Amino acid sequence: MSNKIAIVLLVCIGVVVLLAISELPLYGSPDTPAQNYVAERYIEGALSDTGALNMVAAIVIDYRAYDTLIETTVLFTAIIAVFLVLKKGTDRRGEHK
Amino acid sequence: MHPYMADALNIVFLSFLVVVAIAVSYVKDLLYAAILLGAYSVTIALIWLLMSAPDLAITEAAAGIGMTTLMIAVISKIGRKGE
Amino acid sequence: MTDFILKRMVSLVLPFVQMLGLYVIFHGHLSPGGSFSGGIITGLSLIAFSLVFGLERGQEKVSERMMSLVESFGALWYGAMGLVGILRGTTFLMNKGAGVPLGAPGKLYSGGLILLITLGVGLKVASTMVTLFVALMEEEE
Repeated sequence: MSNKIAIVLLVCIGVVVLLAISELPLYGSPDTPAQNYVAERYIEGALSDTGALNMVAAIVIDYRAYDTLIETTVLFTAIIAVFLVLKKGTDRRGEHK
Repeated sequence: MHPYMADALNIVFLSFLVVVAIAVSYVKDLLYAAILLGAYSVTIALIWLLMSAPDLAITEAAAGIGMTTLMIAVISKIGRKGE
Repeated sequence: MTDFILKRMVSLVLPFVQMLGLYVIFHGHLSPGGSFSGGIITGLSLIAFSLVFGLERGQEKVSERMMSLVESFGALWYGAMGLVGILRGTTFLMNKGAGVPLGAPGKLYSGGLILLITLGVGLKVASTMVTLFVALMEEEE
């Protein structure tokens, strides 16, 4: 019984998701909301503003440098969390916990 | 490339993606699951290459292979049934 | 693992893998790729060495302490590069506006701070992969 309810719910969610996808603009179409003045500014000014040929690197590390800084911090925090869970350390007197 | 060629490749890759994603949840052996996850990430890297995003393709391929390697290393320690 | 073919093949292939990883890091502002992908490739080469030759010999090559140091300073390096902008009298993480020489486009030194930041983040990601692997593979008694 609960299986059938799950299937019905999944089909409902699938229909909603497919309806949302059918409203999306086509891949590569020029009049999407993403193609606004920001993209134009990046495409025209990336080389003269940063001197980097790879526009993705120019955006990630120059225009959006704060994002990458926080991303690096997130990676660092994740590793600290993994160490807290997995590593066995010693306390200040050198005794194993 | 013929304009329909990219669409056909996209359809093939996306259907393979769905098949692999469903297969991962059905496989009981952890090693096979890790290998299927590697196949998933390589396929999605190819899709991004088709969509002319080579930066993402390189990152996805490297991160997918890296995670698969880490998983296989852990599986070699805990056993393929994961007890 | 004690497989002869595996060991010889790994010692043949690994230098090229490391070269590729460093290439992807250093050319992040010229060609596709960048700090994250190049760092993962470089870290994977060290992980492959540890997998094939054993964790002890891998630790002799790159000790865990060194990896933790590189990881912490990789995170700090980014902030230090951002301070260049403040020292020159502009805002944090400013590149061209802070008067950093940009170099000729297409050359290895171009893009101002981008190359330095990419190098730091790439080394940090490589050490992250290695420390993650070591933390997962260490024997628990």
